[in-house]
Amino acid sequence: MGMTMAEKILAKASDKNFVKAGDIVMANIDVAMTHDLTGPLSVESFEKIGVDNVWDPEKIVVIFDHQVPADSLDAVNNHMIMRKFVEEQNINNFYDVREGVCHQVLPEKGHVVPGEVIVGTDSHTCTHGALGAFSTGIGSTDMAMVFATGKLWFKIPETIKFDITGKLQENVFAKDVVLNIIGKVGADGATYKACEFGGETTSAMTISDRMVMCNMAIEMGGKTGLVEPDQKTINYLGGRTTKNYEIMKTDKDAESLETIHIDINQLEPQIACPHNVDNVKPVSEVEGTHIDQIFLGSCTNGRISDLRTAAKIMKGKDVAKGVRMLVIPASREVYTKALDEGLLRTFVDAGALVCNPCCGPCLGGHVGLVGPGEVSLSTSNRNFKGRQGSPEAEVYLSSAAVAAASAVTGRITDPR
Amino acid sequence: MKGKVWKFGDDVDTDIIIPGRYLVLRDEKELAACVMEGCDPDFSKKVSEGDIIVAGKNFGCGSSREHAPIAIKGAGVAAVVAESFARIFYRNSINIGLPLIEAKDVSKHVSEGDIIEIDVDGGVLKDLDTEEEFEIKPLPEFMLGIMNEGGLINYLKNHIGDIKG
Repeated sequence: MGMTMAEKILAKASDKNFVKAGDIVMANIDVAMTHDLTGPLSVESFEKIGVDNVWDPEKIVVIFDHQVPADSLDAVNNHMIMRKFVEEQNINNFYDVREGVCHQVLPEKGHVVPGEVIVGTDSHTCTHGALGAFSTGIGSTDMAMVFATGKLWFKIPETIKFDITGKLQENVFAKDVVLNIIGKVGADGATYKACEFGGETTSAMTISDRMVMCNMAIEMGGKTGLVEPDQKTINYLGGRTTKNYEIMKTDKDAESLETIHIDINQLEPQIACPHNVDNVKPVSEVEGTHIDQIFLGSCTNGRISDLRTAAKIMKGKDVAKGVRMLVIPASREVYTKALDEGLLRTFVDAGALVCNPCCGPCLGGHVGLVGPGEVSLSTSNRNFKGRQGSPEAEVYLSSAAVAAASAVTGRITDPR
Repeated sequence: MKGKVWKFGDDVDTDIIIPGRYLVLRDEKELAACVMEGCDPDFSKKVSEGDIIVAGKNFGCGSSREHAPIAIKGAGVAAVVAESFARIFYRNSINIGLPLIEAKDVSKHVSEGDIIEIDVDGGVLKDLDTEEEFEIKPLPEFMLGIMNEGGLINYLKNHIGDIKG
């Protein structure tokens, strides 16, 4: 009997030849990532266990991204706790305030390779399945266990394979595909399952597009997103990583596998409406909705391809009167590329604010909050009540193209 | 375990339980003062020690923030009963020793203010106001072990040698 990709990776990590969905295994962790906001709780829990040293400082990565630069004494205090931990535990893979959003920085710096098990104290850690790793979000106490032992227990998940076929229309993107899928399966439609994206459409996607797909797996309850590695994956990794890796693929006769076919030939841009990510409508149904703030950025859509798409639409135009727009490149690498290509100039000329790489309004606790009665259109991944500030605000989610087209008109607009 | 019910709906997400702007906090009592602020700003003042939250499906969906179960536990909530839980929240709660009870259709039948009694060993939840009984889905054995030892930190203190191997 065959195994899924998720089963193969977890079998290898737990020194077994065969596992099946439902089994509980103790897996060796290859990369443990934490950030400035959930890191301090992880450190606090680690210290309670009573172990002096972490299991392997080279496998721990610390990235500051949620509150950078620090906007309060509480935030700077958290940063100081993490800097002290990094120093005491000899952690070399430390990216302080200047590097960017953890889920962009982790692959950029070569920490993500196929076939490994990655955990992070952030639910969007599932992003890294785009490169064929089993990667999932965990809490701070689970991370304390990883710090102390290098291991974590997992229930082997079943897999849903999304077999995506068809060619995307112009100005329709991976974000629209994944929002469409979430709308179909629901916010808990993939609870505890590995969401594997396949089919000709996924094969045609860039690595950035695949990251968008996997990033959103958690929004349907998924344990991880996954894409089978191919030549594009190998090309992306070239020059970024020195790690050896093994490519694993799902067997056709894997037992715990459900396949869902999705055809995207006719797909129009999709919008997740307040206050749930599965409240998805085609743009034609919400076109014209008034907007107060646009956020272009985040670990979902803050990559160079998103900035290029948006700049192309906004070139020579102004952000609509009364609308504020925040552009936040996902990392320093993205920022400098956008700088060199003149994209940031386009945004600033249009009247947008360009901020340093960070999570921005997606967290609802740092920069760019929205107030009672205001409407935000955001390229990020969550539109929960209160997500970007006031619980009386409304958040709509879209692709970068919809965000850019809407910035110019001040209303939700179809970019096609 | 016996307590007064506070009702919530489906898909109660982690931003409702504890909004992002409070994640700079770590103290259980400080977090508890903001618990459920996303949907009921006065909840922390109304809830009493030993009360029980009853909700629909997918409770705790969203973020991996452990601040969410910490805030609930810090507010004195004795247990969360729901039709289903999101997976990261589920692990986090068990890890910090907040009891979670899964019971089918429970939120459709139990009302706010009812007193419910939970017999974890017997696998039954009873609404003392209506006499209605609900079957509890048992916790997987491995997680029960963690829960019975008071959470993952205590479990690790007792078993770290075996785990490291």
